[in-house]
Amino acid sequence: MPAVSFEHIVKRYGAVTVLDDLNLAIEDGDFLVLLGPSGCGKTTLLNLLAGLLEVSDGRIMIGERDVTELDPKDRGLAMVFQSYALYPTKTVRGNLKFGLAASKLPSEEIERRIAWVARMLQIEPLLDRKPAQLSGGQRQRVAIGRAIIKKVDVFLFDEPLSNLDAKLRTEMRLEIKKLHDELKSTVVYVTHDQIEAMTMATKIAVMDGGVIQQFGTPDEVYEHPANLFVAGFIGAPAMNMRNATLSVENGKVEALFKSGARLDVADYPFKSPPKNGANVVVGMRPEHFSIDDSAAAGQGRFSLPVQSAERTGSDATLYLTFEGEMLALRVAPDLAAGLKVGSTVPVQFQTDKVNLFDAQSGQRI
Amino acid sequence: MSQFSVSERAAASGVMSQTRAPYFVRKKKGITPRTIAILVFLSICALFFCVPLYVVVVTSFKTMDQIREGAIFSLPTIWTLEAWDHAWNHACSGIKCDGLKVGFWNSIFILFPSLILSISLAMVTGFALALWNVRWAGAFLFLLFICAFVPFQIIMYPLIVMTTTTKIYGTLWAVAVIHAVLAMPVLTLIFRNYYKDIPTEIMSAAMMDSGSFWRIFFEIIVPMSGNILIVVLILQITSIWNDYLIGVTFGGLTGQPMTVNLANLITISTGTTNYAHNMAAALLTAIPPLVVYFLVGKLFVQGVTAGAIKG
Repeated sequence: MPAVSFEHIVKRYGAVTVLDDLNLAIEDGDFLVLLGPSGCGKTTLLNLLAGLLEVSDGRIMIGERDVTELDPKDRGLAMVFQSYALYPTKTVRGNLKFGLAASKLPSEEIERRIAWVARMLQIEPLLDRKPAQLSGGQRQRVAIGRAIIKKVDVFLFDEPLSNLDAKLRTEMRLEIKKLHDELKSTVVYVTHDQIEAMTMATKIAVMDGGVIQQFGTPDEVYEHPANLFVAGFIGAPAMNMRNATLSVENGKVEALFKSGARLDVADYPFKSPPKNGANVVVGMRPEHFSIDDSAAAGQGRFSLPVQSAERTGSDATLYLTFEGEMLALRVAPDLAAGLKVGSTVPVQFQTDKVNLFDAQSGQRI
Repeated sequence: MSQFSVSERAAASGVMSQTRAPYFVRKKKGITPRTIAILVFLSICALFFCVPLYVVVVTSFKTMDQIREGAIFSLPTIWTLEAWDHAWNHACSGIKCDGLKVGFWNSIFILFPSLILSISLAMVTGFALALWNVRWAGAFLFLLFICAFVPFQIIMYPLIVMTTTTKIYGTLWAVAVIHAVLAMPVLTLIFRNYYKDIPTEIMSAAMMDSGSFWRIFFEIIVPMSGNILIVVLILQITSIWNDYLIGVTFGGLTGQPMTVNLANLITISTGTTNYAHNMAAALLTAIPPLVVYFLVGKLFVQGVTAGAIKG
């Protein structure tokens, strides 16, 4: 099972440069998710790897092979597309068979593989149907089947779940994850859905504007976002971000908000020693707050008026007014139901979970 | 909720829904003057085409004696197939009196090679231009577009020279090949535009699965071309069958299609003009494309509108 690496990739369309000197390397068996908003270049990167687009400059390696100049069929890849891209005039069996069109296998082996894939994906009863006679989830399975039948080492997924309904999406997510564990292959998966990224990936590359903003494990990306873009993009409800200035006095480091509220950040792992008076952005995740009126006044404690509450099934989001803007908190639903709009609640923030960014550059400090 | 339970109970007790009085009585729509006006207008339009056709059909079944009386709308007093038999078997074109059947078979032998040649070439070219990464595809397409508008008469002489040097002038092959060549630009554009609507992801998938031009073409693209093939078939069959100019120019004396045959036997008859023979000959010539229309007309409409809304 090979590693995949992009080395100094440049992609231009005429005068427009979409990707500029992009470097990314994943290891054998990794599940890489390329995550980003529409138009961030993630699908372009995937198509470059697939060979459906040509790089303007740079090199793509799969294992020890330089595949930059190879045709798509010779790269040893299989791809699952967003719209499934099943051949409409072929039966499911025909679709699976065409997946092996480039490999010159004997027909018994082809039959054996079709049986294997059909059993694994539970599409045996569908083999003689046309794609038009299948439901969305079934089509998705066939599309995945057409990829895994090739028994290649690297699988590419281009937003494969975005056309499915929520329930099916959760099911397929687990199933793809399971397939990855079983086949032990390397996967490159493009999505704009952060839940898919968080649940499936072993590595996430967050992209924006053709640049990889952060590359790391899901935990790293979530707990220690590298910059304001990543911090704002990952997490729902989004991370609460407020401008503040640092005050450094006799070993005490505090973030001073405009309203006068303070937050002790002395334990924060600063990359370089904090400067007094530096403009920073303080990032606080909604789930790191708790409503708590028992303890005495301490650090990370605010008293804030309620603006609104939203129930999202298993939990609720409470919106409080802080610094003139909404501050989102994740709370238990019954707690949110008991609160009146306009009333003031005491809130405790876990100060060790704070994220600090430079207000100018947007980078983590 | 209560309405559902009412209908459920009705269904359970076997009461048909038609028997109960409707909850809201809808007003019946009567015939308005507008409808009458439209019907009259449409009838006049239909008559405009039907009356001449009626005259042609009844005349072809009449005897010459009855035709001389001049009552063109009257039905034949004696129904006879003599005119049809004569037109098919014995009508004279020039000095040969073998009837229209010669021209009919010529037309058939022009039609099939020409169809196969033009459609297969146009399909492959259209596929390559639409879905394959071809260098200068845009320029080539523009050239084709220009070619589609060049009138035949302008390139007639060069084409005659070319067919003479290739020694096919005056044969059925010359007519067939010229038909195929002249149809190429338009057919290629039609196929190219149709293939342009095939989702790019299907093409990408095929590139990753096979990557072979011919394999993708025959296994994926051709089976998806059903609708547009019907459209092109009908267009080509009618235009080739009804053509006169190419047939008379390139067919020489032995390779004349049915239309040329028809024109000869109508214009070069001596003595009195036998209208019954002429009408029967005209009908015989017109029937094949009509049959094609009747057989696949429904599919034709489906094919024409196929690209309008993506399925």
